Parts: sequence; structure tokens; C-alpha cells
Amino acid sequence: MIVRIATEGQFELDEGNAQELRELDQKAVDQCAAGDEEVFRATFAQMLALIRSHGRQLAEDHLVPSDVILPPPDVSFQEARGGFSGEGLIPD
Amino acid sequence: MPGLSGRMSTVIKAKISKLLDRAEDPAETLEYSYQKQIELLQNVKKGIADVVTSKKRLQLQEQNLQQQLVKLDTQARQALAAGNEELARTALERKNGAQAELQSLDGQVAELEKQQEQMTQSEQRLRTKIEQFRSKKEVIKAQYSAAEAQVRISEAATGVGEEMADVGLAMQRALDKTENMKARADAVGELEASGTFQDLTALGPGEDDIDRQLRELSSTSQVDSELEKMKAELASGSTPSGELGAGTPADAQQGAKQPEEQAQ
Repeated sequence: MIVRIATEGQFELDEGNAQELRELDQKAVDQCAAGDEEVFRATFAQMLALIRSHGRQLAEDHLVPSDVILPPPDVSFQEARGGFSGEGLIPD
Repeated sequence: MPGLSGRMSTVIKAKISKLLDRAEDPAETLEYSYQKQIELLQNVKKGIADVVTSKKRLQLQEQNLQQQLVKLDTQARQALAAGNEELARTALERKNGAQAELQSLDGQVAELEKQQEQMTQSEQRLRTKIEQFRSKKEVIKAQYSAAEAQVRISEAATGVGEEMADVGLAMQRALDKTENMKARADAVGELEASGTFQDLTALGPGEDDIDRQLRELSSTSQVDSELEKMKAELASGSTPSGELGAGTPADAQQGAKQPEEQAQ
């Protein structure tokens, strides 16, 4: 699975790690919904650590779309909760 | 696709398809996409320049604050030497305020440094991808049938589009942070202008009480034993910290002069 950490780049994860990431991802969403910022932060940090330590960073000249895109590491709890407006991502 | 990453992916993909839908045929998509990539690269460069400018401005303010710290410290010692603890306290309070600002500026400069580095990396990544895209589009045009070319073009364009979205996002976040810091820097600048952190004696004709007292006291500094005691008190940290000083009138500040030479 190709994963992008927004603002950081693309990584390739093997299926086992990808599955773990999906589980963490779902947990993070539930924690967001429950409004538990501290727990969410810990889960999100776990997701980033998983990708950074087990993922293989793709070469810069690799032109492939990602399967999933993670929010930027400095994502605010508000952004994570409310989804992303998407404004300003690409200049119009 | 559910989940946090799913939502983020949806937002970015919507942006990309909006970008790609502008053109109808593959060749046009390629050219349009390429043109947008170049535009974005220019924007990123401007963004980096903006961050650097803000950083320099904050660093300049840091230098000013540092000079004022030295001045206020000297003045506190002078006041102590002259036996005026209250005056020394005022100077130290202002010094503490300036010190807190300095620490906060330190953090902001470090943050901007990080932003600059991240944007530079993003720019590099995007530049490499654009290069790749350019050579790929020539290959695609030359080697594939129209139908197949379309698939490959779309894939390559999506790959670059994602990088564009990503760089755009990084840039937006960096600039948002820079904006916040600018506002903060302006606030500190105003405090400085109002004399809050300024030299207590560097006042012109409209000098305030503190300045006058300092000059009066500086000529009668025969308080050695008292000084030792007060120094000990200050060293043990009995000086209140926190709040910024009340500041001196801005108009008085305009005619600032060098502090008068202190008699020993």
C-alpha cells in the first residue's frame, strides 16, 4: 500500500503494516468522535511512527498516486474532528 | 474509504480531479497540468521567501530585546548600588518581561526555521516530480496509443497532482503560522515602541520619575553593606517575575538620549 503523510512524502507499506495502520486509523476516528484529544494524539503519533519506521520512503521521482493520505503531523484536533475543508490545497 | 486518512484522501483527490477536469483531451491535460505545476513551484518559492523575511524580522527583534536586557540589568545593578531597591525591582520586572518575550521569540524563530526547511524539501520534491512528469509526458506521447496514453497520463498527472496538493498544503500551513507570528511580532514591536522594554534612563526632556531618581542616586553611591544584602536577596530570586512593566510614555521615548554617565 502507498501511503502519504501530508506535507512529508510517500511511503510503501507491506500488507501486515497496512492492516495495522487501518486499525489505528479507525481507532483515531472513534477517538476524535468521542472528543478525546489526548488519546487521539497518541494514536495518531502511533500511526506516524508505524509509517516512518516500517514504510519504505518512495524515491522523489516516483510518480504514483497514494492509496491513502494521512493528515499532516501538525494537524489540529479541530481539523481532525471536523474533516478537512480542502481550501487552498491547490491554487485555483 | 473510511477513517481519518480516508477523509484526507478524499479532500486531496477532489482537488486533483478539479484540476484535471479543466482540460478535455489528454494532450491538453498534460499541458495544463504542467503549466499549473510550474505556477505552483513559483508560489512555493515566494512562500519560502516570505517565511525567510518573517524569520529575519523576528531575529532583528531578538537582537533589540537582547540589548535592552543588558541595559535593564545594568540599571538594576546601578539602582541597587545606590540603595534604591524599589527602582531595581522595577528594572528587573521589565527585564523579566523582556526575557519572557525573548524566549517566546526564540521558539517562533525555531518554528519558522522548521517551516523553511520543510518548504524547501517540498519544493525540491515537487521540482523532481515535475522534471519526471515532463520527460514522462514526452514518452507517453511518443510510445502509446491514444487510449493507453490517456490512462498513463491520468496516472502521472494524479501522481504530480498529489504532490502539488501536498506542497500547497505545506505552504498554506507554513504561511498561516507565519501570519500568526507576524501579528505577534507587531504586538512586541508596539510594546517596544511604547518603551516597555526600553532603557529606563534613555529619556529626553520628558524623562520620568525613574530616570530622575536614578540620576540622583547615582551620585551618592555609598551603600556597600546594603548592596551586599540586596544582592543576596536578588540572587535568591525574591524578585517578582511575570507581568510586563507599565511602560513609559511613547512621546517621551521619541527624544531618547544616551544614559548619562554614572558616577562610581
